[in-house]
Amino acid sequence: MNHSPVPHPALSMPTQGTFPLFFRVVRRQRETPDTYTLWLEPPAGTPFAFQPGQFNMLYVFGVGEVPISISGPAHDPIPVVHTIRAVGAVTRALVNLKPGDLVGVRGPFGTSWPLEQAQGKDVVIVAGGIGLAPLRPALYHLLHHREAYNQVVLLYGARTPRDLLYRRELERWRGRFDMEVLVTVDRGPREWRGHVGVVTTLFDLAEPFFQPANTVALVCGPEIMMRYTARELLRRGVPEEHIYVSLERNMKCGQGFCGHCQFGPLFICKDGAVFPYPQVAHLMTLREV
Amino acid sequence: MPSSTANPKASPPQIIIKKTTLDDLIQALQREGYQVIGPVLEQEAIVYRPVTQLKDLALGWIDVQEAGSYRLERDEAQRFFAFTVGPQSWKAYLFPPREEIWKARRENGRILMEEPETPPRLAFLGVRACELAAIHVQDRIFLQGPYVQPRYARRREAVFIIAVQCTRAGNTCFCVSMGTGPHVREGYDLALTELEDTFLVHIGSEKGAALMAEIPHREATQEEVAEATRRVDAAAASMGRTMDTTELPELMRQSLESPHWEEVGKRCLACANCTLVCPTCFCFTLEDVTDLTGQEAVRVRLWDSCFNQEFTYTAGRPIRVSIASRYRQWLTHKLGWWVEQFGVLGCVGCGRCITWCPVGIDLTAEVQTLRHMYGRASSPATVSR
Ligand code: SF4
Ligand code: SF4
Ligand code: FES
Repeated sequence: MNHSPVPHPALSMPTQGTFPLFFRVVRRQRETPDTYTLWLEPPAGTPFAFQPGQFNMLYVFGVGEVPISISGPAHDPIPVVHTIRAVGAVTRALVNLKPGDLVGVRGPFGTSWPLEQAQGKDVVIVAGGIGLAPLRPALYHLLHHREAYNQVVLLYGARTPRDLLYRRELERWRGRFDMEVLVTVDRGPREWRGHVGVVTTLFDLAEPFFQPANTVALVCGPEIMMRYTARELLRRGVPEEHIYVSLERNMKCGQGFCGHCQFGPLFICKDGAVFPYPQVAHLMTLREV
Repeated sequence: MPSSTANPKASPPQIIIKKTTLDDLIQALQREGYQVIGPVLEQEAIVYRPVTQLKDLALGWIDVQEAGSYRLERDEAQRFFAFTVGPQSWKAYLFPPREEIWKARRENGRILMEEPETPPRLAFLGVRACELAAIHVQDRIFLQGPYVQPRYARRREAVFIIAVQCTRAGNTCFCVSMGTGPHVREGYDLALTELEDTFLVHIGSEKGAALMAEIPHREATQEEVAEATRRVDAAAASMGRTMDTTELPELMRQSLESPHWEEVGKRCLACANCTLVCPTCFCFTLEDVTDLTGQEAVRVRLWDSCFNQEFTYTAGRPIRVSIASRYRQWLTHKLGWWVEQFGVLGCVGCGRCITWCPVGIDLTAEVQTLRHMYGRASSPATVSR
């Protein structure tokens, strides 16, 4: 298995430069109280393709631009799907867009999940909160090429049941016989009958469904959650070089120029956002990097 | 200085011009359509500004630089280039501090994009060895890929470079340690060395040779060539600072958890001066603004600094909160991570960050302290570029 991140696809897309192209919002859906999914249609004749794990820079006219991972299926990339949590001025403007509105798009940028290398193996996906969004294209890929993989396990944790993304889809996936879906929340109201606890507490339940030595793990969530998840995976015998994480940092350019996303020697925008864990483990334990 | 890059057919590689002939050079460049930028006196400092004639250049000044201080004095010898480098660097012209990168206009439910004007063709007069090295560092950042910065590429392709070999080093200079100067080695069109009443000119490109062909000159004598070398060697011998560059990236890696960052963090004001004056620092931010009607939007690129707290603002909060962590980022980037990213160190030894730090923080001293704390590597050496 080759453990280096998947290289950038060819830089041939008209959207992969410094000028955004304007895509039209064709659909908008509320996921949680502060998180919405937008479907974006490129201008007629504009190609768009991406690899699971990559992101776009989304621009709201006159307001600003932010990196948002692509959360739709890579085998059916148009319209382009983005799930956005409103945390700042630009993301708030994005979630308030309506069908018909225009969004500037630059991308796709960054590395992708190692789906080719994971063929024939068990794949454990561990997501925290909005971290499920960049992992969903990986899930779509696994299910679309289901025969190429061994077990598929999704462990997903959110703060409360109201914060669970893609709830209908989760329920549908949970009904499948060819994958395991385990969901937990940090805090549940009395009516919540599901699991309560941080995402790592799901590993005991997930134990029967994957063979650590033959597992590739894809992890995305808050940094502390990824650290604990990696530790748990290692403790259970998943080889360090089979663990992949997706990191987040401030980004302005998405192309390795502006310096904002630096993480030690790495530019998260072009060397990541998906990294083999051994490449970043030593930096993830340092404070304020 | 190797003569291999010169074009021996157009002119001999080493030639002599009278000092006043520099004016012919400026005129010839202007005729070729270049805007000439050179050192001028402004607000008690030497800065690079558009010049149209010899008279515009800062003649007869010497700069006295120390950690946290810069002062100009009269130069009895009335030389053109006796000062070293000032607060500004050529990056202000190749990578301007503020630049519109595109405009967008709403029109009938569509958005139309507009590219900014093609940047002017510039000629830089007086690029020092350390600055030439810094330009080559920025080339790696903006041109090596996978993406290329189009505005930088356009400016860079068009630029005409007249280098100047320093015949006097400043108190904060350490180009010898960094292997970048004061001898100018490559990547220029013409290189000047200031002698008594003349300049020795070395031709570094076809463009340079073509320009010199239009200008009165004569072949240099062996003695003049030797004298120029002596003068630059004298500058090399009088460096105000040194830095042991042995395994600097390893030293930075070992120091990541050093308590010393806290100590520097107490002195550092996080004013960002060092990053603004540094000729290799490349961080920027992008700002999106609209006009009053909301129909026209502009994206502006502005220099930014890792010393600003907003720089790392992620998911609603800054990551490098303490000043110590920001200084650590700056120094470990310059002298460590940079090598992994771009294959060279991010410091060329120009000394600007030492001079222009309001509290006189000196990276050569900080490196020395870290070396004492984390053990010295055995052989003192300089990096080869
Ligand atoms: S770090 Fe300081 S001495 Fe080195 S190139 Fe930058 S300003 Fe000059
Ligand atoms: S660092 Fe070297 S090349 Fe730069 S100004 Fe000083 S002496 Fe000249
Ligand atoms: S976002 Fe600009 S360098 Fe990574």
